[in-house]
Amino acid sequence: MIIQKEQDVVPFRNRVKEYAVKIGMSLVNQTKLITAASELVRNMLKYGNGGNTVIEVVSKGRENGIRLSFIDKGPGIKDVELAMKDGYSTGRSLGLGLPGAKRLVSEFDIKSAVGKGTTVTIIKWKNG
Amino acid sequence: MDRIPVLQMGKFLLVTIQVDLYDRLALNLESDLVQMVSKTGARGVLIDISALSIVDSFMGRIIGNIGNMSKIMDAETVVVGMQPAVAITLVELGLELKGVSTALNVVKGMELLHKKIGSFEDTIEEEEHDDSSTD
Repeated sequence: MIIQKEQDVVPFRNRVKEYAVKIGMSLVNQTKLITAASELVRNMLKYGNGGNTVIEVVSKGRENGIRLSFIDKGPGIKDVELAMKDGYSTGRSLGLGLPGAKRLVSEFDIKSAVGKGTTVTIIKWKNG
Repeated sequence: MDRIPVLQMGKFLLVTIQVDLYDRLALNLESDLVQMVSKTGARGVLIDISALSIVDSFMGRIIGNIGNMSKIMDAETVVVGMQPAVAITLVELGLELKGVSTALNVVKGMELLHKKIGSFEDTIEEEEHDDSSTD
């Protein structure tokens, strides 16, 4: 799903919710996943000028989960470690987006190359 | 342009957020509310977020901003109806809603606003009373 403007965020969140409901994720975990997704999609819009998102159902053994990927071709992040720190922001925000999103999901992966873009992948297991 | 309606009820402003907020809508609400506080001289702002299924760091910041801005404009802000899952998520995200009081539902929120503003007005009345007795 391509995200290019603010108004794309709400339909994207709804789509994530549909997937989460489909695999029977609890309400609390759904809320955590959608909140994390909302943070990451905002980052993608704000710093990466929008990009693409992928929603997938994944499984590990008996456990089902949702994997979300956020792919942008923006300027990339110079210091990923610093960007993952609580309270650090190059914009005028609270700096909770990346570290907060990481706390809300089961697995979090970020790859970024300056000048090429950033890809963030998260997984929330149904019971995790 | 999309807007969230702000209702006036006596000394209070009432906002019920019934749609999923995107950023522009939240920013509009912030400026609308502060302007309404100034225009109406409202003493309290009640924000009902019971229909919000998520509150992320941006929305949290806007709610905090509304609280702080209203405070400067001499109005109290109470946020009511937060869903349990939203509260759990907010804390894990690392967001404290500084400067805003919360209540479980609209009725309790109204009571809280009355208490906050009422007690303040009582003290003024008492002071005035004291003044007249010393005269």
